[in-house]
Parts: sequence; structure tokens; C-alpha cells
Amino acid sequence: MLKVERLTKTYKAAGGPLTVLRDVTFELQPGASVAIVGPSGSGKTTLLGLCAGLDRPTSGNVILAGESIGAMNEDERALVRNRHIGFVFQNFQLVPTLTALENVTVPIELRGDSGRAVTGRGRELLERVGLGERGDHYPVQLSGGEQQRVALARAFMNEPKILFCDEPTGNLDGDTATAMVKLILDLNHEKKTTLVLVTHDLELAKKCRRIIRLRSGLVVSDEMI
Amino acid sequence: MSFILKMAWRDSRASRRRLALVSISVVLGIAALVGIASLGDNLKRAVDDQTKSLLGSDLTVTSSKPFPEATMAHFKTLGGELAREVSLASQISFPTRGNTRWRGQVRALEGNFPFYGELVTSPAGAMAKLGAGNNAIVEDTLLAQFGVQIGDEVKIGKSTFRVIGALKKIPGEPAAVAMLAPRVYVSMASLEATDLLKGDRFARYRVHFKLPVTTEVEALAKTLGEKLKNQRLRFETVEERKKQLGDALKDVFSFMSLVGFVALFLGAVGVASAMHVYVRQKILTVATLRCLGVRARTAFAIYLTQGCAIGVLGAALGTAAGLSVQALLPKVLKDFLPFEVDFFISWAAVAKGAAAGLVICVLFTLLPLLAVRRVSPLLAIRSAQGQGDNREDPVRLALFFVIAAAVLGFAVLQTGHWLPGLAFTLAMAVSFGILGGVAQLVVLASKHLLPRKPLSYVWRQGLANLHRPNNRTLLLLLSLGLATFLMLTLLLTRSTLLGKIESVAGGSRPNLMFFDIQDDEILRFDAIVSANGAPVIAQAPIITMQIASLKGRAVDAMLKDGHAGIPAWTLTREYRSTYRAALVDTERVTAGKFIGRVTPGEARVPISMEESLAKDLQLAVGDEVTFNVQGVPLTAYVASLRAVEWQRVSPNFFVVFPEGVLEPAPKTFVAAVRVASMADSGRVQQAVVKELPSVSSIDLTLIMQTIDNIFSKVAFVVSFLALFTIVTGVIVLVGAILTGRLQRIRETVLLRTLGATQRQLRQILLVEYTVLGVLSAVTGGALSIAATVLVAKYRFNTTAVIPPLVLLGAVAASVAVTLITGLVTNRGVANTPPLEILREET
Ligand SMILES: Nc1ncnc2c1ncn2[C@@H]1O[C@H](COP(=O)(O)OP(=O)(O)O)[C@@H](O)[C@H]1O
Ligand SMILES: [Mg+2]
Repeated sequence: MLKVERLTKTYKAAGGPLTVLRDVTFELQPGASVAIVGPSGSGKTTLLGLCAGLDRPTSGNVILAGESIGAMNEDERALVRNRHIGFVFQNFQLVPTLTALENVTVPIELRGDSGRAVTGRGRELLERVGLGERGDHYPVQLSGGEQQRVALARAFMNEPKILFCDEPTGNLDGDTATAMVKLILDLNHEKKTTLVLVTHDLELAKKCRRIIRLRSGLVVSDEMI
Repeated sequence: MSFILKMAWRDSRASRRRLALVSISVVLGIAALVGIASLGDNLKRAVDDQTKSLLGSDLTVTSSKPFPEATMAHFKTLGGELAREVSLASQISFPTRGNTRWRGQVRALEGNFPFYGELVTSPAGAMAKLGAGNNAIVEDTLLAQFGVQIGDEVKIGKSTFRVIGALKKIPGEPAAVAMLAPRVYVSMASLEATDLLKGDRFARYRVHFKLPVTTEVEALAKTLGEKLKNQRLRFETVEERKKQLGDALKDVFSFMSLVGFVALFLGAVGVASAMHVYVRQKILTVATLRCLGVRARTAFAIYLTQGCAIGVLGAALGTAAGLSVQALLPKVLKDFLPFEVDFFISWAAVAKGAAAGLVICVLFTLLPLLAVRRVSPLLAIRSAQGQGDNREDPVRLALFFVIAAAVLGFAVLQTGHWLPGLAFTLAMAVSFGILGGVAQLVVLASKHLLPRKPLSYVWRQGLANLHRPNNRTLLLLLSLGLATFLMLTLLLTRSTLLGKIESVAGGSRPNLMFFDIQDDEILRFDAIVSANGAPVIAQAPIITMQIASLKGRAVDAMLKDGHAGIPAWTLTREYRSTYRAALVDTERVTAGKFIGRVTPGEARVPISMEESLAKDLQLAVGDEVTFNVQGVPLTAYVASLRAVEWQRVSPNFFVVFPEGVLEPAPKTFVAAVRVASMADSGRVQQAVVKELPSVSSIDLTLIMQTIDNIFSKVAFVVSFLALFTIVTGVIVLVGAILTGRLQRIRETVLLRTLGATQRQLRQILLVEYTVLGVLSAVTGGALSIAATVLVAKYRFNTTAVIPPLVLLGAVAASVAVTLITGLVTNRGVANTPPLEILREET
């Protein structure tokens, strides 16, 4: 499903080059779930970004759903994201000018699909994350946990093959976070999606079948549970 | 496509207020442009009507002999309407008033002349009754002067007529014609019944044409002139009359196109700066969309759609606003207007204004929008406040070229000429460059040159704001600076232009002219007018002469064998020349050297010729001309060329001789004085005629009124247009600051959350705005001085009038507007709960 080969990322910073990822290699089968853990600054977000084709690696390659995204241009990668990938961010990243329902349906409408069926699916997903009544609310009218649930519904809208979550509970309180994680895992199970979960919370990580530990850009352990 | 439209629509819902702000600039810019374009056309037409009434026809042909049948027949084939006029000089006397004899001009009309303007008599409609007997209508001032009543008798030559009306006003009397004598109208039949016309070589025969609007009058006059050159005809057209009004009209139209540009540009600057801020705020949204798989092109299209929608909507609203200003203007200003106007809507001008506005608006929207294409989706997961990197974008460079080309195209379209269009575009580019440079300097200076220690926190923060990431130094300097620059240039150009008009139409011009003052009467004449409170302002001897040969070729031979494009009438006309030692203030030398005196007996006399006549005669400095001075040949050469301000009512001459040559020739004098009122005019004329009965006079107050009329219209419209544009500028300024404020909201709120007092926040803002306000006002002011000096010199041929108070006031006002708007708009931030803003602005 996802194959990462000797991935290295170096930033040109003011104080000279800064290598934040070094030779990272791993492979995920369809339906797998993996947690990437490590302290803040260890390169988790960078790795996720590279896997999702949001940035270009300095060296190495990423093969997503059988396609090597290293060789693609921006637009081709955008297409891959739209077709295969779902995202949940730490800071939600809902489009502030769209309602909850519209936020959910954006990925499909992007493809040119719209109409009853699409809205219906959007509502269904909102229902699924417990926000069936809030479809017409704008992000500012929702709490953090609610916004993140909308983001989750949006992530599943395009029936992604792989879901990337970058610290999805980082901005949520304990109870809300627990509920959120349960929701992510349940949905992941239901839809048979591959899951990549970035977190610094070990408890959370243990809910995945595999844990990859990063420190200073290096994979320090990779274990199945 | 439908996704793009849908997103554009949905995305706009929550930011309508900001979008409204963007569109205000568009609306106002286009409103100003449309209003100005249409008003400009109004003014052009008003002035055109006014000038047409100076001639009364489209074309007037004058001959010293009756027109042959064949010629009249040919005239009738030209289309339009004809009127025939015969006039001759004759002695007039009033038997009931002691038989004082007066040299007047007797005329007879056949046809509907004047075609433009109005022939005013008292009682009205007297002209129609001329044919019913031996009736006459006599110049009003003449009747007033002698106390002649309607119904009294007037003797013309040996025939007696009855006065049935007073002639108050007639169009088509330029100074040159009306100078000759007071006018008396009789019917054509009764004139032909007298023996006045028999063998009178001073009679003038005229045909007035009212031509179809499609006729190229100038070209027609030229063709006719060539075709009928043997008849020694003189052709007069409206164009020629306009020329007599001088540069003033041309200047005003130039100025109006300048105002149009400025308005549009101000609008464009407003759009670009508001859009810039708008796009910056959308960048995170764009990044998120990119993560969801939106292609860069699609994201760009979404916001381009919004931009275009703003453009179209703004153009529509702006056009409506411009038109309603037009519609309301006459109603609101009716009591203040110095003249009557029928405002009409010039749809061509409106369409032109709206289209140009739309194009410029979309182009300027594209500029900040290009950044959207470069937004990296990474920004969504980094949650960094990002901005697209535009520096090496070739599309952006190309866009700059397109904008420059559009501005140039519009400028050329507006002025109808390449050079001023190019100059305007260049001026814009240069001021952009200079303001951008100043912004760069401010950023660098605030970064590196600031003393750190002794400054208070407020100062440090305020100054640091000038260079920190996301600063608006460049944006505000550009928009404030350009707005100040453009508005101030307008103000200064206006005062320059008004200064020039004032110098032409000022309050001390002569308005009463006396002719045919004999050599031995001139001293007595001076004494009489001085004693009556109207001292001589200008006087000159007049010697009549004709051209005998040009550069060695006899005129008669030239007329027979062809004269290579030299207008026939310039060869055959009678020149009324003068001699004097120096230039007068209505003329200046443009080539060669003015020679004021020669020793008597000089073989070749150095003369000074008016430049357009020299051009017609194809003469340059040094060329030889032989004159026939009342039978005596006189060889002269062109020593200098002069530009003459014909619009100044003063004795002006085509040919000026030096002293020392013409003194012995038979001559008369012309003298110009100024009187305060019509009544004074009658009194002065009476005093002169009582002692010097052969002197004739002409009251120019009517002609002066026409010219005054035109210039007061012009002055009013110039002031009004400038004001309109300045209001637009102020609003754009406010808009620029409002958009700038949005950029700072988050930080302000954050500072407040951290415990900054209102006072501190205000002071930080004050520091930043003061630096930006003062710098942009001063830079804009300097730029505008340079622009005004250049425009005055190269466009208006005059020296710039830069009143220091206006300059200081404008700079101060610009700073004040910046500060006040900054403080007022920030109040909103201070009064809203920070939480709301923090959530809103995420
Ligand atoms: N654009 C950049 N330029 C320079 N360094 C960067 C940039 N982006 C991230 N980094 C650095 O890369 C390292 C890894 O960052 P990140 O992947 O966000 O860590 P994590 O998500 O594990 O907290 C950090 O030290 C960060 O400072
Ligand atoms: Mg991270």
C-alpha cells in the first residue's frame, strides 16, 4: 500500500543544512495500522508530509498505491491525494468559509460530482461522527472536538485507501481525545483503510498494530504488537 | 468548472465584508472614470456649441465680388443649408439727432443665418419684419449712444430707413470682423434698391453653410479653396475659430484625460492592495484545499472567479454610481452653476470607462492572486503563516508587462496620442519604482539602524512592525504614496492651469477698441479717453499692404501657375501691419531675432511674422518677402517668427515691422481701452466721437462675454472634476488602511490578551502609521512636484504654479487621514472580545 524507501529530507536553514529525516524505510500492507511516535521535532510531520506527497524528499522514494509519487508533478500528486488519501490534522484545518457539511463534501465535489447523492453521503458521515444536526454550522460555531470530527468525516468522504492523521488529538482534552481515537479506529476498521497515525502519545500509539519510533530523523525501532 | 464556481461562491459568503471593501475601490474608481468621461463629453459639446456660435455656421466663404452663378450652383450641391449675406461700409446718420455721421456696416441677410447661436434683437423677432418696407435694425450701443428710439429714421447713404429694432447680439462676429463698424441690418431687396452696392469695392459677399454633421469641414474648405482660387475667397471654419481661442481648450481636455487616468489608477491601486490582503488571508484555506487534492490551477481559478465577479459587479455599480452623479449633478448644483447646461449621458464614454475599468481591475486583481498558484500544501500541516513566493515567477513578470501594456493602451486611447500616453505610463512606472525603493529602505533602516536600548517598548514594537514578516510597509507606502502623488498632482496641475487661464482671461484686458484714428488725431484721442477714465492699454499704427512677391516669385504668377499648397487667401488678403520697437506681452519670439529698429533707407527690412502665417506661406527665417504698401514696393526679409496669443483681445498683428521704415506711409491707429460697464462704454465712445467724428469704435464686451463664458465653464469643470477624483482618492486611502488593519488584528488581539493596555496598542499603531504616513506623503509630494513641473512645461507650455500652502496642506491632510483612519478602524478591534477575533481570524 505504502512503501517508503531510504527517505531523506534536508532543509537549507540559516545555520547550514539541517537533515531532519535520514534513510527512513518501511512498508505498509493494505489495512495495516501504524503509529509513528517520537518527541517533538523528531521529524514525524515531515515524514507524514513526504508520504502524502505534500513535499519532495531530498532523496529516497515513496510509492503510494503502486505509484511512485517522487516522479510526479504537483498536479499529479494533487490528483493522487484526492483519489487515495484522507487527512486529519492537529489543528483541524477546516475551510472557515464553508459549513460543516460543505467541508465534508469538498473532496468529492472537487472531482466534479455533486447533487443529492453526495450531500447524502456527507450527511451520513456527519451522522456517523455524531454531528448529524450540525451540518449547516460554520467551523467557528463548533468546538475543537466537533471540528476534528468534521475533519474526520471529510477524510473518509473520498473513501481513501490510506488515512494520515497528524497528532489528531493534540489539541483536544482527554475525554474528547479518547472518543476521537475510538472513532478513528472504528472508522478505519469499518472502511478497511490503511492508517498512519502520528502522535507523541504512547497510549494512543499502542492502539495500532505497529509502532515506528523516530528520534532525530532516524528510525530507532519498528515493532509489531 | 462547476466546482470552481461553487467554491468561489461558498468561499465568498463568509468574507463578503472584505470583498465589499475590495469592491468599494473598484466602484469608486469606475464611477469616477465613467462620470469624468461623460462629463468630459458634455463639456466638449458645450464648448463646441459655444465656439460654433462664435462663427454662426460650419463654414463661411467671403468674397469681395458677388459670387458667380456657377459658384452658387456648386455651393448648393454640397448639401446642408445656405445663407447669403452682403455687407458694406457706409455712412450712417440719424436725422432726428443732428445728423452726426457714423461709419457703419450695412448688411442684408437671406436665409436662416445664424445656424448656431442666436441673433438677439429688441423687440424680439424684429428680423422677420425687415422685409416689410424700408426697415432697419441698428446696433444697440449706437442707438443708446445717440438716444435714438424705435420708429426714428436712419439715413444710410442717400436712402432713408425706419428703425424697427435694436441689434443686441449676433453670433459669428469675431473680433476681426466686428471691429470694422457698428452694424445695421436691412432687407436684401431694399439694399439692392439703393445705389450703395454700385461699384462699391468695399462690399463683402458671404455665403454661410450649415453642413451635414458627416462633412469634413476643414477638408471641404481646402478643396473649395483650391478649386476657386481665382476668385480670391476667404474661408472660415469653426476649427479656425477654436484655434483663436488658443491652447486653453486643448489644455482643458488634456487635463480631463489626466483626471480620468488618475481616478482609474486610484481605483486600481485600491483593488490591488485590498486584494493582496484578501489573498494573504486565504492562503491557509488554499493549502488545505491543496491537501484535499485541489490542483493549483483550480485553486487559482476559484479566487480568480471571485476577482472577476468583483470586477464585473464593481464595474456595474460604478457605472451606475457615475451615471447617477451625472444625473444628480445639474439638480444639486443648478443654483451654483455659472452657466446653463443640458447634461446628457455620453454612452460611448460610459462604455469606454466601464470597459477600461473592468480590464484594469481584473489585471490588478491577478497580480496578488498569482501567489495562490504557489501555495504549498505543506502549510496546512505546518500551520505556519505562509505566503507564496512570487519572486521568480515568470508569469508574474509577464503580467507586469500586460499591465504596462494595458495602461499604455488606455492612456493612448484616452489622449489620442502616443507621446502623452507613454509619458503617463512611464511616470507611473517611475513612481512605483521610487515608492518601492523607499519601502525597501524603510524596511532595511528599521531592521539595522535602530538604536535598541534607549527606545521604549512601544517604539521598538511600532518600528519593528515595519520590517517583520507579514509587514505592510510596501503595501501601504505604495498605496498611500501613489494616492497622495496622484491627488496632489491633480491639485497642482489644476492651479497651474487656472493660473494660465487667468492670465489669458484676466480682469484687466481691454474691451473697447477704436479704429481709424488719424495720424494727427492720436494725441487728442489719448487725452480724451484718459479724461474719461479709460486710459489706453494698447495702441498701434496700422498700415495696409499686400504681398507682391515671395522669395522672388510674384504673387500674381504664383496664383496663375500654382502655389504648392500655399492657401490662396494668404497671398491675396490685405495685411494690416504695424511697426514697433519691442514685443508686446501677447507674443513671444519662437525663431530668429526680433529687430525693433533700422536706419531709414535700409534696402532689406527685417520683419517679424506670426508663425502659423509663415508656415502657410512656407517662409522660414531669412526668406524674402516683397510688400506692396499702397503702391510702393517694399523689400523685407523674415528676421523672426512670433507666437501670438490671439485669444487676448489686444491689437495683434501677423506682420510687425521695425521702427524707421513705415513712419512716412499713410496710416491710421488702433487703440484698446478697458471700460467697467456697458454704460461707461457708451459714454467713452460718445466723448470720442464728439471731437473726432471719423473715429469708429467697437465694443468688444459681447465677444468678451462669449470667451468669458467658455472660460468660466472650463474653470468650473476643472475644479469639479478634480474634487471628484480627490474624494475617490481619500476613500481609496481609507480602504488601504482598513485592509492593512485586518493584517494586524491577530497580533493586536494577542497583545491585548497578554495584557497590553489600549494606550500602548494605540501608541504602537501610531508609531507605525506616522512613519508610513509621513514617508508616503512626503515621497508622493515630491513626485507630484516633479510631475507638475514636467506637465506644465511640456504639456501646457507654462510654468508650474505650486502654492506652498496647498502642498503643505495636502501632505498634512494625507498624514492626518492615515492616522485618523488607522486609529478609528482600530477601535473596532479594541472593543470586540479577543476570543471572537481569535476564532474568526484563524
Ligand atoms: N521549512 C523548514 N526549514 C527548516 N527546518 C525545518 C522546516 N520545517 C521543519 N523543520 C525542522 O524539522 C524538524 C522536524 O520537524 P517536524 O517534522 O515538524 O517534527 P515533529 O512533527 O516530529 O514535531 C524540526 O526540528 C523543525 O525545526
Ligand atoms: Mg509535528
